[in-house]
Amino acid sequence: MTDMTADKPAASTGPARSLLKVGERTRKRNAAEKRFRMLGLAAVVFGIVALLGLMTSILSNGLSSFNQTYIALDVYLDPAKLDKNGNRAPEDLRKITTFTVQPLILSAMQTMLEERELAAEGVNAKQAAALISKEAPAELRRYVIANPDQIGETVSFDLLASGRIDGYFKGRVTMESAALDRNISPEQLMLADQLKQAGLLELRFNWAFFTAPDASDTRPEAAGLGVAILGSAYMMLIVLVLSLPIGVAASIYLEEFAPKNRWTDLIEVNIANLAAVPSIVFGILGLALFINFVGLPQSAPVVGALVLTLMTLPTIIIATRAALKAVPPSIRDAALGVGASKMQAIFHHVLPLAAPGILTGAIIGLAQALGETAPLLLIGMVAFVREYPGAPPEGFFDPASALPVQVYNWTQRGDPAFIERASGAIIVLLVFLLIMNAVAILLRRRFERRW
Amino acid sequence: MTPGVLVILVLVLGGIGFVLGRRRALQSAAREGLKLHSLPGYYGQTVALFTVVPALFLMATWLFLQPIAIENSVSSQIPDSAVAEGSARSLVMVDVRRIAEGLDSLAEQGALSEQVLLDMRADLTNVRSRLAEVGVALGSEVSPAVFEAAKSYRGIEHTASSIRTVAVLIAALVFGAWAWMRIKPRMRARNVSETFVKALLMGSSLVAILTTVGIIGSLLFESIQFFKLYPATEFYFSTVWNPQFRGGSDFGFLPLLWGTLYVSFIALLVAVPVGLMIAIYLAEYAGSHLRSFAKPAIEVLAGIPTIVYGLFALITVGPFLRDWIAQPLGLGTSSSSVMTAGLVMGIMLIPFISSLSDDIINAVPQAMRDGSYGLGATQSETIKQVILPAALPGIVGAFLLAASRAIGETMIVVMGAGAAARLNLNPFEAMTTVTVKIVSQLTGDTEFASPETLVAFALGLTLFVFTLGLNVLALYIVRKYREQYE
Repeated sequence: MTDMTADKPAASTGPARSLLKVGERTRKRNAAEKRFRMLGLAAVVFGIVALLGLMTSILSNGLSSFNQTYIALDVYLDPAKLDKNGNRAPEDLRKITTFTVQPLILSAMQTMLEERELAAEGVNAKQAAALISKEAPAELRRYVIANPDQIGETVSFDLLASGRIDGYFKGRVTMESAALDRNISPEQLMLADQLKQAGLLELRFNWAFFTAPDASDTRPEAAGLGVAILGSAYMMLIVLVLSLPIGVAASIYLEEFAPKNRWTDLIEVNIANLAAVPSIVFGILGLALFINFVGLPQSAPVVGALVLTLMTLPTIIIATRAALKAVPPSIRDAALGVGASKMQAIFHHVLPLAAPGILTGAIIGLAQALGETAPLLLIGMVAFVREYPGAPPEGFFDPASALPVQVYNWTQRGDPAFIERASGAIIVLLVFLLIMNAVAILLRRRFERRW
Repeated sequence: MTPGVLVILVLVLGGIGFVLGRRRALQSAAREGLKLHSLPGYYGQTVALFTVVPALFLMATWLFLQPIAIENSVSSQIPDSAVAEGSARSLVMVDVRRIAEGLDSLAEQGALSEQVLLDMRADLTNVRSRLAEVGVALGSEVSPAVFEAAKSYRGIEHTASSIRTVAVLIAALVFGAWAWMRIKPRMRARNVSETFVKALLMGSSLVAILTTVGIIGSLLFESIQFFKLYPATEFYFSTVWNPQFRGGSDFGFLPLLWGTLYVSFIALLVAVPVGLMIAIYLAEYAGSHLRSFAKPAIEVLAGIPTIVYGLFALITVGPFLRDWIAQPLGLGTSSSSVMTAGLVMGIMLIPFISSLSDDIINAVPQAMRDGSYGLGATQSETIKQVILPAALPGIVGAFLLAASRAIGETMIVVMGAGAAARLNLNPFEAMTTVTVKIVSQLTGDTEFASPETLVAFALGLTLFVFTLGLNVLALYIVRKYREQYE
């Protein structure tokens, strides 16, 4: 056979061709092949570039929020102003307003500038004091109430610099933009430079970003994620406690007990469809059912958690069923063979073997729930919350925020400094997700068995 | 007692029940000299189950039904005269509830004692200003009838809550004690507790059904309310979307539908070719080195929450498109545009399409590839003429699933597409979508009786029907296709 064909090469395709010379048609086909391949490579590169672009955008905007500018200031806590009655009584001290504290900062700033012989032309005392955040008087007030014995002393504080000054040292505010800005002038920036040279102003790691509550529109420098992180943690706790047992129970029933009939089919189709329902529809459900009908409070972590539980259930059920299916039937048969009941076979043998897979699925479901935003907007978690929610279980009913919603909230504010905060919050969110996914992968690597 | 504390208390009772049940089983076996039918733990388990489950079930039902019952009994107390012209009983009830809440916080702050609250009368005290002190702002002065209704609302709620606590605890104790009394050596505790557990497992699987029923029920119920106030034909066929705070709003669905479809179209235009090519390249061409790096990288895109994409659209893609493309070409000056949202949503959908297509391409049997190579086809010819046609139904399914996700996506369009409802072809103009309008109509203060709020439910219902249809179709196609080669 081979000999015969070798004898008459390409008899049917016209004139004899050399095997070493590539024909016109072949060249075309090879070129098409190459083009197609390049197209594929381009698509992969596009995907990776998109990922890198996303990450660079978030990181370049957000990393600076982990540093914050502080100004060191020695403030004389004037008894004449803070404690007119001279009795240091807590109820009198609580009546101190931020307006009473503000002049203390003003005079402290003046004294400091005189002592250090720093003078910026065109900056009056009030403008100099405006380098310090509007949050500072509140901080001072809290300090005085907590330490009444310090009244009359000179105490050194590290006070937050205002958002614009902070932005100047992070490159967000420049001399040119300051010239056009109503809230800051180039002269103030020059004064800030002098303060920095004198060592009175420095950028420091911003712990308050993780612990402080949200702040109002005019003081982005004081805004933190404390309430949002706490709210998200509460919600994840409830979601875990509710969705894991219900999801696992439902999967065990469907995988091991359910008779094959129409009803079971209906449940299964239902779960597949629920997994693809847009998340905002779950938000509408939460609003109509839990808030309007049952009358649970708005903005409460418990409502958010219930909505997220319903959203996470399909994910957990699908993962759990896959994990249960992966346990070979011989395990069940062996257990039944030595006299275990079906329930015992499942709970004592199948479930422990499927546990790593179930946990992996649960963690991935939780990670999804942690990043979900749209349904939480509808149940009122966008509200401005400055109070920390209380300790559970009552705290579950207190208003709180959530990490992704806080991000959205900050993007809706006017001051560009909030964009930095929002990106920083995204980084925190992504770090949490990264940790959760890493744990899921580790669990899978460490415990998963191939049968 | 708050529900949370009550749950913990019931669980503690269950724990005690377990210990007592186990001990009683062992003692009675020793006394009667018989062997237990089941392991002692099963007797404890039975008692614990009977203590905890009925009590918690009762509590859940109670929590669910209590507001409805109270609402009905209080709203019948309000005389027709207290319902103002052009208002509805449900609106008055909203006021009643808010006044009751306000009274609660007044009492909590210790500003007023319970007795003073009971004696307080709307015609003698300025209730509105009192309530404003605790942050409850009322639209109008409080009429005596409404205030009395609010007081009785509050009273009934307090009594109901205390009765609930007592009833739940009694249920726990009675059922627990009953299970405990039944324990004797011959009792088949394992069978009893296993039947109980099986019923629980079955009940859990019903949660999925209940969720669907809840979604459809709440959407339908509120949508019907909306269509009573606003004609359905006008909603679906009008081209003007113009909600007003004080009535006279236009709710034309078409501009929103157009925006939604336009954004989704651009997203799919980006995601489908790129996702498909990635799947093909990684499955057929890429060396193991590239695959081990590129595949997880693409999957990372899938795990990123949509709010991150939204922020990306808002701070990077939007300004970039505006400054480099839209403004130089004179196409628009808005950084939020259909293009911004579509492009970013396309990036979000890439991993979705590529992982679905990857499954489908891998499901095409190797024999078909080998046959094509054997005939002398190049790799790309094999892919284009053999693999893709064979995988086409699956790819169509993936496409439909992606379309359903694009239509239901919220955060990217909220932050990237804008809020102006218009019918326009220019992709660099801001347009709005169904999901954006759901969010904007439902965030903030929600007054449930107005068409401005209820329209969101009609939008939600339409969205739900749309995505459900696409999903069902896609699942049907994918499932049918999978069977072909298995």
